[in-house]
Amino acid sequence: MDLSKLEQLAQDTWRIEPSGTMRVPGILYANADLVRAMDTKVYEQTVNVAALPGIVKASYAMPDAHWGYGFPIGGVAAFDPDQGGVVSAGGVGFDISCGVRTLVTGLTRSDIETRRERLADALFAAIPAGLGSTGAIRLRGGEMDAMLSGGAKWAVSQGYGRQEDLHYTEEGGCMDGALPEEVSDQAKRRQLDEMGTLGSGNHYLEVQEVTEIHDTAAAQAFGLCASDIVVSIHCGSRGLGHQIGTEFLRSMAMAAHQYDIALPDRELACAPIRSPLGESYLGAMRAGINCALANRQILTHLARRTFESVLPQADLQVLYDVSHNTCKEEEHSVDDKPMRLFVHRKGATRALGPGHPDLPTAYRETGQPVLVGGSMGTASYILTGMPESEQRAFSSACHGAGRAMSRRKATKQWHGRQVIDELAARGILIRSQSFRGVAEEAPGAYKDVDAVVDSAESAGLARKVARLVPVICVKG
Amino acid sequence: MTLDKQNVIPQQPTWEHFSHAADIGVRGFGNTPARAFEQAACALTAVISDLDSVQARHVVEIHCENPDPELLLVDWLNALVYEMAVRHMLFSRFQVRIDDQRLEASAWGETLDLSRHHPAVEIKGATLTELKLAQDADGRWTAQCVVDV
Repeated sequence: MDLSKLEQLAQDTWRIEPSGTMRVPGILYANADLVRAMDTKVYEQTVNVAALPGIVKASYAMPDAHWGYGFPIGGVAAFDPDQGGVVSAGGVGFDISCGVRTLVTGLTRSDIETRRERLADALFAAIPAGLGSTGAIRLRGGEMDAMLSGGAKWAVSQGYGRQEDLHYTEEGGCMDGALPEEVSDQAKRRQLDEMGTLGSGNHYLEVQEVTEIHDTAAAQAFGLCASDIVVSIHCGSRGLGHQIGTEFLRSMAMAAHQYDIALPDRELACAPIRSPLGESYLGAMRAGINCALANRQILTHLARRTFESVLPQADLQVLYDVSHNTCKEEEHSVDDKPMRLFVHRKGATRALGPGHPDLPTAYRETGQPVLVGGSMGTASYILTGMPESEQRAFSSACHGAGRAMSRRKATKQWHGRQVIDELAARGILIRSQSFRGVAEEAPGAYKDVDAVVDSAESAGLARKVARLVPVICVKG
Repeated sequence: MTLDKQNVIPQQPTWEHFSHAADIGVRGFGNTPARAFEQAACALTAVISDLDSVQARHVVEIHCENPDPELLLVDWLNALVYEMAVRHMLFSRFQVRIDDQRLEASAWGETLDLSRHHPAVEIKGATLTELKLAQDADGRWTAQCVVDV
């Protein structure tokens, strides 16, 4: 991206002056190197989102932003229903409520050293991963709708996990306002054997070691010390969410003229929040959020069972579960006035600051854990929301390293076997059904996650708490 | 018997992939929109697996309808994504007929076999990104879009 098109407001904050059809400015949070490396499409898409009806304050891009569908991935935008605000299926994405759940284990690196290979094999056997893998659960009769209404709460009621898990899951594990009847039979059919599966692409279950603590007080509140072993699960709403995204993107693209919305780009397809199509999408999308929450809850259960068999002294407790592909109705303060806004976070993580009423009591003073997944060879981070987060981008932060290279280029540059061997030599065990899948996700295909989180911290989006490095990665 | 020279020249694939930051684009070429749709479908399978590894054992019939020819392409690819997901199949041969707004197609393929197909990735859906159905000056049609993986 050409820096000359931007006005620098602070070291990691850049502004795009409103012009043409833009209703609000664009704001990019990243250091100069990251912005320079961003595709021009990120600029175009940030500008396009700024032109949508009812957008409030600004169209934001996070430090890991890259070219997405209509919205940039790493895009944040809030809409006011009272000013004709819209909801966009592309602004949420195909993988509704894709997110990360991190579990502390009570183990340290030395506890797992002699069991690493066994644990990797046991996890790979227990966690359905990759294309064609199916879960053991089949939802019959009204069970599908009960899951879509109940989310992780439903999963716990079925025996997959503990009541306290819900306390450390966004929305208490159950998204209000889900309308299972707005989810098509096709979407439900696509989910029939996919409960408790990781999926593929950049999804994973990782065993990670805490290698650095950046904020001792927050780390203590999150139950983290150096050398601790944690488990992170990155996945979403599986086939059901993909089908909801597909169907509503189509409906919104075809209905745009009916709602008299001038789209700078057809893929920005959206509908007014207060319209039959908008309400139908919101109901279906919230059911998709519950599907993702239930899915990560079931995977938590499978991970616990596996640890019990290999390392019975482990006690897996949920640190937090947070999504990064959502649209949520939230209260925000705009010009010192409280407003109910519909906040799209497409590849962006909610980052509530200290004192927020939606936080579990244990995190009330620290702020919300922000779980940032890196690539399999580098690092992941746990950050925390800051008091400034609210003013920056409606309490939002980055969600990952962000891709630096296309899948096509990655497969030309690396072979999966070679990636696996090189990582094994560095003590990282990869388990995957596909060499090509591993090559596409090679660590070198991603941006520098350290630079991304440093920028997020410097911009005031979220503060670093702990750095995690992978020990075992079950690749989806 | 003399060999017809035409038959021994390997047929050029008339599909390709193109780059997108996080995902991948599928592009098919043909002398009609229907042929270009078929080739785009080949490119779709090739995102997941080696097209040659997928045998044409079973046929699935697909119908879709859309007044917008470009959205009809997205509908066609998404119908295949759906059939692959619920049937656990991959497809390698396609016959598409387009009549005004209606598409009728046959897709031949087989049940997913991890040991032979080594699937790299699952496709979540076909998107409207880089969506194009167009004819060039030589009369050749291009059908393309980015798919989310």
